[in-house]
Amino acid sequence: MNQPRQKIWNFHGGIHPPENKAQSLQGGIAPASLPERLVLPLNQHIGNPAEVTVKPGDKVLKGQKIAEATGLVSAPVHAPTSGTITGIEDHTIAHPSGLAAPCIILRPDGQEQWIERQSRETYRQQQPEELLNLIREAGIIGMGGAGFPSAVKLNPTHKINTLIINAAECEPYITADDALIRERAADILRGIDILAYILGEPADILIGIEDNKPEAITALGAAIAENAVESAIEVVVIPTKYPSGGEKQLIQILTGQEVPSGQLPSELGIVCQNVGSTHAIYRAICQGEPLLSRITTVSGKACSAPGNFEVLIGTPVAHLLAQAGFEETHCQRLIMGGPMMGFTLNNPKAPVIKTTNCLLAADHTESPSEVIAQACIRCGHCAEACPASLLPQQLYWYARAKDYEQLAAHHLPDCIECGACAYVCPSDIPLVQYYRAAKGEIRLMNEEAIASDRARQRFEYHQQRIERTEQEKAAKREARKKAAAEAKTKTANAQSATPTAQSDVVQAALARVSVDRATPEQTLARLERAVSAAQSRLEKAKGKLAASDPDDNKRGALEAAVEQHRIDYENATKKLAQHKAGAGQTKAPAQPSDQHQQGDIAADRAALAIQKAQQKAEQMAQMSETEKLKNQRDGLLKRLDKARARLEDAQASGDDNLDAFANAVDKLEAKLQQLDVELTATAPESTEEQT
Amino acid sequence: MPEASTLQLLLNAIVALVVLSAIFGAILGFASVRFKVEGNPLVEQVDALLPQTQCGQCGHPGCRPYAEAIVNEGEAINHCPPGGQTTINALADLLDIPAPELDEEHGEELDTKLVAYIREDECIGCTKCIQACPVDAILGAAKLMHTVIAAECTGCDLCVEPCPVDCIDMLPVPHGLHDWHWDTPASSAEQLSKVNLIATDRRPDIAA
Repeated sequence: MNQPRQKIWNFHGGIHPPENKAQSLQGGIAPASLPERLVLPLNQHIGNPAEVTVKPGDKVLKGQKIAEATGLVSAPVHAPTSGTITGIEDHTIAHPSGLAAPCIILRPDGQEQWIERQSRETYRQQQPEELLNLIREAGIIGMGGAGFPSAVKLNPTHKINTLIINAAECEPYITADDALIRERAADILRGIDILAYILGEPADILIGIEDNKPEAITALGAAIAENAVESAIEVVVIPTKYPSGGEKQLIQILTGQEVPSGQLPSELGIVCQNVGSTHAIYRAICQGEPLLSRITTVSGKACSAPGNFEVLIGTPVAHLLAQAGFEETHCQRLIMGGPMMGFTLNNPKAPVIKTTNCLLAADHTESPSEVIAQACIRCGHCAEACPASLLPQQLYWYARAKDYEQLAAHHLPDCIECGACAYVCPSDIPLVQYYRAAKGEIRLMNEEAIASDRARQRFEYHQQRIERTEQEKAAKREARKKAAAEAKTKTANAQSATPTAQSDVVQAALARVSVDRATPEQTLARLERAVSAAQSRLEKAKGKLAASDPDDNKRGALEAAVEQHRIDYENATKKLAQHKAGAGQTKAPAQPSDQHQQGDIAADRAALAIQKAQQKAEQMAQMSETEKLKNQRDGLLKRLDKARARLEDAQASGDDNLDAFANAVDKLEAKLQQLDVELTATAPESTEEQT
Repeated sequence: MPEASTLQLLLNAIVALVVLSAIFGAILGFASVRFKVEGNPLVEQVDALLPQTQCGQCGHPGCRPYAEAIVNEGEAINHCPPGGQTTINALADLLDIPAPELDEEHGEELDTKLVAYIREDECIGCTKCIQACPVDAILGAAKLMHTVIAAECTGCDLCVEPCPVDCIDMLPVPHGLHDWHWDTPASSAEQLSKVNLIATDRRPDIAA
């Protein structure tokens, strides 16, 4: 349908390093042997690490999921062969830091027992969402090196009109994709057809491939000719130039469009997939096999038998190298990835992961020992070579000065770390490492800024909460205060509602009586107690007197005490007798026979008291003001006398309530004084009489 | 009448100036009301530079109060040990004053980040640390074990002192893959000092 694409574009810069691809293309793809143990890192992709779903000792089958994806951007991990899980532990992984990370250790049993596989040759009858889910569950990620989960990339928010299959493979030495296309072009075409179906049949489906892979191009052409897949796939041969395999660079070559800084290709309606990922997707959908192995190039002069190997994910690097005739003594530097973008691998125990496209065992001619960086001479070659049209030497100066603002202004995030600038640098400055370091520092700084923003927010919430609780407490206190004040005014109002002084007297009498009423039997008991107490005190005093020395001068005091106690005792017995008699008298008219009707008796007494009080009140009302006061004064004087007597008694007997008695006397005296003042005020003549 | 016309000109000029100043005054007055900035923007800027540890080592109850003190009371900018020299330099840059050394009276700058860790077996559930935490990073209830939300902990150290059973440790935050990044390459001078350039460097016996 589509016209053969004549026009291709070019991108800025780029370099032409020696290709060194022929060494590893001598034979076909060789299957790597089964190692003694497989090490499966939980985070082989960009995004959240997978979560382990097995435990040590578990028997697993080939293809069984052993770690689950967590979150949207994540990928599961599967057992590459059947065997036993021997551990879940930190193990050195293939990472420039050489640090350890959580890994699942699997000991293969050599049985290669598969899980149940379901083939979906008729994928076009399924929903794209189902296929996407299958791809996600198969743990497929971008196998060109970045490792971004494919399912996320294949689910764009924009309408896709161009699907690009990246078969450029521009980095020297690496031939994994080339070998894959040569041998499995038909499978790849099926994979592309699946992608086209999932993406809603984009108008253009382009395979971008460099012209240094004539055999692969022929294989693809033949496969297209004989395989009747529904999509119209076009192979676009592009000139060899590094880094044409970069996603943005390939898009520019094939479509002439530049992906703007900070945007994704999908925003231009373009999706780019690696040819290796496409093959893995074909296997996942049509054969029901999750991503268990990949093609890895092993090359370099330190390997006597370089080539491409189909290797199980998790195979230790050392095991794979041994099959390629690795000679450690010749190896100057072991690199994972290509010579341009790879990193030195210090520990060959690290495993091959889903993104490992190449292992380069370079001898001293391929990787000269570390050269000393000279000063930047501002030649500008780096700017000419930069495929992202950046200014590498400016970035270099700002990275050295740690001027992060200027780095951002010079678009450091757009650097794809391809290494073209460092390759052309006549001063051998390790430019990319400066950029990587600066990017890392900026990332950490941003993380810290986010953390400190969150801390600030939490601190502010904390302060607000404390303030709020304080306010609530204060409000409660206020409410309680108000309630207390209201209660007070209420009782005050109730008191002021009782109208006259006359009824005050009645009330007082009632109150007194009510006390009496409550204790008819208790009074008796109290009196009896008083009698017995007085008796015991008297006896104690007598005993003391008898025991004391007759010549002691304190004897007089003791004698006096005995006398006092005797009087007390007599008083008490008298009072008791009176009370009994009184009770008998009042009892007699009311209920002579019933001893238990004392409450009624008390009530009668209360009635009597009320009557008395009322009479008194009437009398008082009839009396003149002066007379009233005089009467009050007389009453007070009587009470004062009584109180004084009581106080003296208490003093003599050493009573505990001495203070209370003294207090009562004081109060009465004060009242008397007040009354005297009133009397002087109302009737001077009567005061004269009094005094 | 020359005098009269001169007077007229003078009056015209005065009237024109008065009218102009009235118009611009009105515009300025309106702008000062309409575009009034709430709060002191400088305080916000200073606060943004502080590390938000909320540790109180500066003598203020949190980073924001310190920022307010710096702006409003002219407090010294070198009282923040968690921020260290980086923060002091940034503050000096912002306020356009010379950057002093960190005032050691307020504490020393630590090169490792710390995080509080409660030895949970020993925790008696007194909630004292919870009350002390300025960022609510400690979980727990009375008479129940407490624990620190490590991601929210600012390493301010304020929870250690109130603990009656001394079961809180300040541990250094472990480094790992999450915070690894490439090192800046050694400068040429540093490389030269390590590497032998000339024959006598490689073969000291020749020189001798």
